[in-house]
Amino acid sequence: MPESDDFVEFGKTAGGGGAGRVRDTDWPNPAAHAFDDCIEEPGSPKPDPILVATGVQRHFGGLTAVDVATMQIQRGAITALIGPNGAGKTTFFNLLSGFDRPDQGEVYFDGARITNVAPHLLAKRGMVRTFQLTKVLAKLSVLENMKLAGQLQAGESMWKALLPPLWKHQEKAIEAKALEILDEFNMVHMQHEFAGALSGGQRKLLEMARSMMTDPQVIMLDEPMAGVNPALTQSLLGHVKRMRSQGITVVFVEHDMDVVRDISDWVVVMAEGIVVAEGRASSVGANPAVIDAYLGTSHAALTGEHTA
Amino acid sequence: MDWSLIISNTFRSGITQTAIIYILAAIGMNLHVGYTGLMNFGQVGFMAVGAYGVGISTSYYDLPLPVGILVGLGCGVVLALLLGMPTLRLRADYLGIVTIAAAEIIRLVMKYQKFKDWSGGTNGINGFADDFQAWNPMTTSAKYGFEIGPLDLRFTGGDLWEMAIGWTLVLLAVLVMWRLVNSPWGRVLKSVREDENAARAMGKSIFRFKMQSLMLGGLFGTVAGMFYAISNNSVQPDNYSRAFTFFALTVAILGGLGRVWGPVIGGVLFWMLLSGVENLLKEGVTNDHIPESIMDGVQVGQVRFMLVGLGLMSLMIFRPQGIFGDKREIAIDARK
Repeated sequence: MPESDDFVEFGKTAGGGGAGRVRDTDWPNPAAHAFDDCIEEPGSPKPDPILVATGVQRHFGGLTAVDVATMQIQRGAITALIGPNGAGKTTFFNLLSGFDRPDQGEVYFDGARITNVAPHLLAKRGMVRTFQLTKVLAKLSVLENMKLAGQLQAGESMWKALLPPLWKHQEKAIEAKALEILDEFNMVHMQHEFAGALSGGQRKLLEMARSMMTDPQVIMLDEPMAGVNPALTQSLLGHVKRMRSQGITVVFVEHDMDVVRDISDWVVVMAEGIVVAEGRASSVGANPAVIDAYLGTSHAALTGEHTA
Repeated sequence: MDWSLIISNTFRSGITQTAIIYILAAIGMNLHVGYTGLMNFGQVGFMAVGAYGVGISTSYYDLPLPVGILVGLGCGVVLALLLGMPTLRLRADYLGIVTIAAAEIIRLVMKYQKFKDWSGGTNGINGFADDFQAWNPMTTSAKYGFEIGPLDLRFTGGDLWEMAIGWTLVLLAVLVMWRLVNSPWGRVLKSVREDENAARAMGKSIFRFKMQSLMLGGLFGTVAGMFYAISNNSVQPDNYSRAFTFFALTVAILGGLGRVWGPVIGGVLFWMLLSGVENLLKEGVTNDHIPESIMDGVQVGQVRFMLVGLGLMSLMIFRPQGIFGDKREIAIDARK
């Protein structure tokens, strides 16, 4: 049932939920044709890469967790990072976002070398991430969670904090922005709740909304749909597409192939630390290297739409 | 039973110098443990460097008292830097171990007999802060105050002067805390307490905020130590032992961690409780209401700690958030 033929075919409706399903037409895809000339092979060059990893290796003792020769991530597109458990996806994510340091190799963000740059500095430069285990600040309200993510806050200086006139004005602006973003995520009514009182899915939403507060260029989502019910999955997918339509580059790790097919413009497949395949979501599942990587366990899921 | 004595002593303990010292130290621990999640178990170390900073600089180096106070504050900053640099990048429990050890090392070095010309050794330093009472506008030995019913609220001019300065310091500390924890700076501290990596991912330099918190909270401890030393006109090494830190932490928890007024209320109540139980037992023993086979006057001091300890345990079981805490926050802890 192709509802739009410009970039990817819809998979079967995730979990049969489908309530509030967001159509592609709601959020136009600026990256629809970005991959037209890309070759579907590991390390394939992109027309306008925003994130580049070259020769990145990470060892834990004798184990090589990540060994990526080259990988480029296209600006403004949604790139999925998939692979079986233990493929090194999250480790690679940590290396890209500065939460871990590679033993070898370099990472470039928007042309600048960011290897070994501290994660908070990367966040300031516009690269923000979420975590597989959601990290909301439980004893802060939803609104405070949002306001925390405002950048360059004068009131975060200990001395200026003592003199409210120096930061009250900015605080109001940040609060207005936070409410605007919460509104986009349909969470305004929860603004005074403790974040710790939210459900798992709501926490994922809050984490995404909070990331948006930093005005990111790149947003990295580590398993954004894990443990989220199907109806909320659709809403989260809509938000991810909206981010793309606003020009934000999205990189995400995901296990759910329906989700991957639904929203990604490009898929990178990792197995045992290396990139084994790259390609469009519609075709990467048929790649023998990918089927091999999954050792047949997810064979049916990956190729479901071809055999059905 | 002399009820007037019991009531008066109980009430007075809640507002006199000892309570003030613990409150000041607990305000600092509240910033560390309650707001930032820094396990500082060596608050007494900050007190000791403050006390010895002012004591040594005024006695051994003959500096005037106000300069000595500045030296004490400087010692607090240096200690925070020394403790924080190597440990703040590590997990919270490591800071706990390092701070306990550091506080003990400070006490033992100050007590060391070979340094006795400098730090006074086991005798400590005495009589270095005469100036403090010289600045007292009241007559030191005269009695001021009044009685309300059974409550005797008369204090000597010397005590009143110390209490006035002490409570002014407490109010200033509370004001600074209130302003800071309700600012964006305080918001970052709380986020560090909740989840460092989340704060990091939002672009916050965790190390800077932890260091500032350690320094400021430590300075409250330093002020507490200097107030202790100056009001007693004496520094004794063994007054700065581990137990002090844990009593101060108890005071902070009793009032409610992460609440601006928590340590103040906690400190007043803690000392009223200890003194109330002690005076009750003492009167009971003196008037033969408590048989000697159970306890005599000597054991009162121990029994009061047993009873107060039991009371605090029940508080933690039935009201884990402390007096001012928010029950919803504890419920969230249970869900995590």
